[in-house]
Amino acid sequence: MSNPNKTVSASLDVDKIRQDFPMLSKRINGKPLVYLDNGATTQKPLSVIKRMERFDTEEYATVRRGAYQLGEMATNTYEETRKKLARFLGVEDARQIIFTSGTTQSINLVAYSFGKKYIQSGDEVMISNMEHHANIIPWQTMCEERGATLKIIPINDAGELIMEDYDRLLSSKTKIVAITHVSNALGTINPVKEIVSKAHAVGAKVLLDGAQSTPHMKVDLQDIDCDFYAFSGHKIYGPSGIGVLYGKYELLKEMPPYVTGGEMINVVTLEKTTYAKPPARFEGGTPPITQVIGLGEAVDYLTNIGIEKIDAYERELLAYGTKVLSEIPGLRIIGTAKHKASIISFVLESVHPHDVITLLDQDLVAVRGGHHCAQPVMTRFCVPATTRASMSFYNKYEEIDALAAGIRKVQEVFA
Amino acid sequence: MSYQSELYQQVILDHNKNPRNFRELTDGTHSCDGKNPLCGDEMTIYLNINDDGIIDDISFQGSGCAISKSSTSMMTTNLKGKSVDEARVMFEEFHKMILGEFDPETQEHHLGKLTIFMGVREFPSRTKCATLPWHTLACALDKKQETSTED
Repeated sequence: MSNPNKTVSASLDVDKIRQDFPMLSKRINGKPLVYLDNGATTQKPLSVIKRMERFDTEEYATVRRGAYQLGEMATNTYEETRKKLARFLGVEDARQIIFTSGTTQSINLVAYSFGKKYIQSGDEVMISNMEHHANIIPWQTMCEERGATLKIIPINDAGELIMEDYDRLLSSKTKIVAITHVSNALGTINPVKEIVSKAHAVGAKVLLDGAQSTPHMKVDLQDIDCDFYAFSGHKIYGPSGIGVLYGKYELLKEMPPYVTGGEMINVVTLEKTTYAKPPARFEGGTPPITQVIGLGEAVDYLTNIGIEKIDAYERELLAYGTKVLSEIPGLRIIGTAKHKASIISFVLESVHPHDVITLLDQDLVAVRGGHHCAQPVMTRFCVPATTRASMSFYNKYEEIDALAAGIRKVQEVFA
Repeated sequence: MSYQSELYQQVILDHNKNPRNFRELTDGTHSCDGKNPLCGDEMTIYLNINDDGIIDDISFQGSGCAISKSSTSMMTTNLKGKSVDEARVMFEEFHKMILGEFDPETQEHHLGKLTIFMGVREFPSRTKCATLPWHTLACALDKKQETSTED
């Protein structure tokens, strides 16, 4: 398949960028890795790997405890990373940045803690039909425990939220709306500013699941004005085991702790404990220190390239991938929203996604097949599973061609 | 150029495309629903076992990948006319073969053509696809209503 553009992009030197990622030069049996599972986890640039190694070999000590020099320096680096994350999200007050183990824990924290403080019997919580299980189950559990009702915003055939239904479902009973910024299974970019302003108009708070948005686009929380924002380090080229919860300080300071233990306290006697202020209140136990430092380096890496440039190039990749895959007979793209991130979910006529991925894997094309932890999305589109290619700024046009060629070979096997 | 695969051999592809005994058994004596929650594979196995403990009829319905569908189809063709005791021995051998704990090439076996699934050993993420029908069969023989690969 000829493509006049190949890896040429107006603003990104992809070949040069790829040299930053050791995993991308991996070969097995002489075949290069075609890594298109970035929605699940992203590869790490050498700068992140090296920074963590340097921290562990030269700077490592625990944080916020030791009064000795090394501990204070590590604490300083840790807290500077918090400020870096605040800047990354367009937030001024770094006390609003809580380090968690990932998006899942961030959402669980809010569901538990916000729920305990603010949700009463008869209240309503709203999610949508396109959520990842991590943004469904914590709310189901909380609603069950607090006697609240869970409302679901439906989605249309393109995989977009039906905003008329959102308007209809919102009421003074709605206490919190928890919506994904970008759908992991469909790629849909949701109109988050509109969602937030409408929720605020009825007095509801908003949590946005940013696991799939932060890798692809500039996120300015001052502009979006949501109350909580959650994302994971390992999906934005950082390590796993680390994530972020942003929360507005006036809400966080009223919320009870989620995990109790060391370093989240003010005074402890054997009878009673008074809790530290946020963010320490929500970071009980020794945090994943090295991973925090690694996440900071990943943010630097993205910032140095320029998240707007990344966004622009990934849009080109998405357009190219959509065009190339659409040309394959018997292939149907699931998720055709007007506004999409570089995620393409698809099904093949009479070939199950698990057979697709097993065969693609023989050419070292790594894509995800399954329900993407979003079973209600699969149910909505009446498919058991999809195959998903999720693209990064380090992917090349040729890799999309390799995917398309692989899919055609799969179809030959199953012809 | 096409994929050469130990896994997707012609027989397997054929059973996927034209599954045998793919129907409901309304007057059966045993049945069970099997699920693989990780994949979303779902199938129901139906059996008609006579008073002598012989499988007079066996069928299935459901949806899944090529491996689970062909494995189920071939299981049904291989079990018809066998006794329940023989079926249990075959389940044991098949299961161990998939896990790499039993080698039908060197050990005496009762698997017949089912040894074609030996290639699944090389694909750990797909072993549950191949064994789902057999777990569901065992569940039906035990007179249980449903089973899951994650149980």
